[in-house]
Amino acid sequence: KSAVLERALGRPRSELSLAAFALLFSELVQYCQRRVASVAELQARLARLGHHVGLRALDALVARERPGRRETKNDDDRTFYVIEREPVVNTFVSVPRENSSLNCAAFAAGLLEAVLGAAGFPARVSAHWHKGTTLMIKFDEAVIARDKSLEGR
Amino acid sequence: MSRSPGRKQENYKISRELFVLTYGALVAQLCKDYEKDEDVNACLDRMGYSIGIRLIDDFLARSAVKKCRSYSETADVIAQVAFKMYLGVTPSVSCSSATGNEFSLILDKNPLVDFVEELPAERASLCYCNLLCGVIRGALEMVHLAAEVSFLQDRLKGDAVTEIGITFLRKPEDRKHRR
Repeated sequence: KSAVLERALGRPRSELSLAAFALLFSELVQYCQRRVASVAELQARLARLGHHVGLRALDALVARERPGRRETKNDDDRTFYVIEREPVVNTFVSVPRENSSLNCAAFAAGLLEAVLGAAGFPARVSAHWHKGTTLMIKFDEAVIARDKSLEGR
Repeated sequence: MSRSPGRKQENYKISRELFVLTYGALVAQLCKDYEKDEDVNACLDRMGYSIGIRLIDDFLARSAVKKCRSYSETADVIAQVAFKMYLGVTPSVSCSSATGNEFSLILDKNPLVDFVEELPAERASLCYCNLLCGVIRGALEMVHLAAEVSFLQDRLKGDAVTEIGITFLRKPEDRKHRR
């Protein structure tokens, strides 16, 4: 009965259509929206769902995406930015003016935070409106310290 | 849905894992929010319906299918074109009634349950993939075909196969309303 658990993770077997995912995500957002009272709460819910996904997808989903759509910058040692002009998750989401601070990339932020955490790089990840969507990754002090000691600085 | 010209939607793909895990996260959330399996199933069906009524636009735009002339042809298109396009699998189709309006799709492979081993004991009546039924129902309704869609058998529940039943109902009389 545990055939599923015995199977090797391996490489991803195939890709699926964006439209199907984007519509699923849109329903997910609408579902959460009906159950919350504020934008912050909605983003938190989305982040939690993203977290749920991220924990189970250690294979860096981000790394497998096509290169060239993202830039990275960093402000200081601990903080990195991943800037995406047209984030996949927001494709079928239109945000009404009263909720203009909502960014469904909160889902992606939660996902990324879970992936980084499970991979041994604990960080706080948040989504912001900036040049499209920017994911701000703030690594824990311990990660940077470890990084520096590995480089022999 | 308006699309800016020149934007190639056809080539946009998403990691299968992301899709499957997101679906799983959704079902998990519904299970937290609803105590009864029937409520989760109903919610999945409703969400699927909302997706279906929009997905049909994408399907018609990207597939070259001509208008189907029979229920049988419609069932074939669902299995061989739509399922292939969106889930990468091709269920087999069989007609299960003499009247020619009841069909079965047997899903040999189902990506949605890639990471699902079995249903937890307290969720024995959960139709994990019930979203699919709503999607098919919603999409069909948008092309003026009323149908009842449900899971007749489910491997997750211990059945031998996973089978979706589609029963086409009488076409609505009023055809003046066109989208």
